[in-house]
Amino acid sequence: MASETTQPGFWARVQRASVERLHIRLESLVVLLALSAAMALMSPYFLSLSNFLNILLATSTIGVLAIAATFVIGSGGLDLSLGSVMGLAGVMGAFVVVNLGWPTVFLVIACILAGGIAGHINGQLVTRAFVPAFIVTLGMLGLARGLALVISQGRAIYGLPPEIVYIGQGRPFGIPMPVIILVLTAIVAHAVLAYTRFGRHTLALGDSEGAARAAGIRVEHHRRIIYTLSGALAGLAGLLFTARVNAGDPTAGINYELTAITAAIIGGTNLFGGRASILGTMIGALIMGVLQNGLTLLAVQSYYQQMAIGAVLILAVFIDQYQVRKESRV
Amino acid sequence: MTLLSLHGIRKSFGAVDVLHGVDLSVAAGEVVGLVGDNGAGKSTLMKTITGIYRADSGSIEFDGKDILALDPGQRRQLGIEMIYQDLSLAKQQDVASNIFLGREPTKRLFGLFPGFVDKGEMDRQAAKMIERLGAHLPSINRSVGSFSGGQQQTVAIARALTFNPKLVIMDEPTAALAVREVQSVLDLIRRLKSEGIAVILISHRLNDVLSVTDRIVVLRHGRADADLATARTNMNEVVSRIVGGGDIAAAAAHEQRG
Repeated sequence: MASETTQPGFWARVQRASVERLHIRLESLVVLLALSAAMALMSPYFLSLSNFLNILLATSTIGVLAIAATFVIGSGGLDLSLGSVMGLAGVMGAFVVVNLGWPTVFLVIACILAGGIAGHINGQLVTRAFVPAFIVTLGMLGLARGLALVISQGRAIYGLPPEIVYIGQGRPFGIPMPVIILVLTAIVAHAVLAYTRFGRHTLALGDSEGAARAAGIRVEHHRRIIYTLSGALAGLAGLLFTARVNAGDPTAGINYELTAITAAIIGGTNLFGGRASILGTMIGALIMGVLQNGLTLLAVQSYYQQMAIGAVLILAVFIDQYQVRKESRV
Repeated sequence: MTLLSLHGIRKSFGAVDVLHGVDLSVAAGEVVGLVGDNGAGKSTLMKTITGIYRADSGSIEFDGKDILALDPGQRRQLGIEMIYQDLSLAKQQDVASNIFLGREPTKRLFGLFPGFVDKGEMDRQAAKMIERLGAHLPSINRSVGSFSGGQQQTVAIARALTFNPKLVIMDEPTAALAVREVQSVLDLIRRLKSEGIAVILISHRLNDVLSVTDRIVVLRHGRADADLATARTNMNEVVSRIVGGGDIAAAAAHEQRG
């Protein structure tokens, strides 16, 4: 074969080193820098510290959801319920504290627990009832959203305690709290996915379920953990959103799964599993953040932003599949 | 000394009975050929040994232990390895990840956080194993899917041998290989035998089976129909046992040519 005898070109070698050592697809980094440069040229407000922090703040919720999407898609699964579960979690958190009068800490617990339970139900149905993940999580998208509207009676729940508002609006050292939480979550998630047995088994599972099973990995058990984790992360995203807008909003997170999945795919996650990295996903989330921020600064209607995200998702998958076909022998 | 013994293994998938009470035993360091027509139940039988399938009834003893209730991971730990026909490799992962999948060595990060995979150790051992097999791979850090069929086969073999197995099951290991690669697989089987490792070889290539095994077990309609000592049998007998009567002479002649 020609590819064995010829040396790969410089660009190909840099690409490979970037993927192997940093777990980042170089293309996504290039896109992020090019997009930022374009925005900086078009808007004088883009290149400022406050706008940079704005982008990070706006990315924090999506970023946490994108981490969840990375784990699930990397394992060969799919979670379309991320946005709805996030909305449900925020409402549950606000409900137990405001309507039931429970202590403040239960808002945090209820958010993450509600998300985790919804995710666990997804995992049980996918692994035991043999309903495809696409259908299970699409169903959960409807179920969780409906439940959020039922619990809140269709209205946002106001009157959150100040400690919670600090999680959303506080700025220790000038850095927004949601950004700090996103960064910490991303660091832990990256370490888990790239360097632990759990993370490696997750990718092996997405790569070849048969190989994982033959290697003695408890495939179904592992999948249930992944979906539970995904739901719990959606719960964390719900907490961040609720704290930031200071209300349990039952319509929070509508269409967020679109942006989160797009961020994960742009970051180099293989749509069919087996390859994923949190660092890449964070770059993907930043690309989405810069895109939305830039379009807003340029006073583009938000309807067009929605279209842009959809187009980017399709384009990212197209480029990824094009490269996969080019590289693989089979 | 008997290493593996199966008694009355039955397995059905819904209404389809595949195995109807198979008896089979393998001694330590013995090479047993398992032959049979397509659909005779060879692969199913092997997967009940590795634990991918759970037998409906019967008993499986390995190294004096009843292993019927153990999952594939636990059976691997006892020393049962299998090289699958489709190789069962995770194609987007690199060589070391495949070899150590499910058995990754771990270390503490900064001497603090346990459970981190020791990639350096994995790479070193993987390289050593590949070298021991006398194989050449472009780079052990590349994804396995970018390798040729023979190179992928090498990775699958390395995975089976790295953890000092007592029994290695090979499902059609030579089916997709070039002539020279076939010889090296047969040499490998002889080497395993000399190291006291038992091998079960599933193959349609009866010449290979006759040249390398001690015993040949013929599976027919879900039963171990014949158990032949390789030294005292020949192509004709094996073929006639596989097809079970009918046009034996023609089938044997065909095999002899092929």
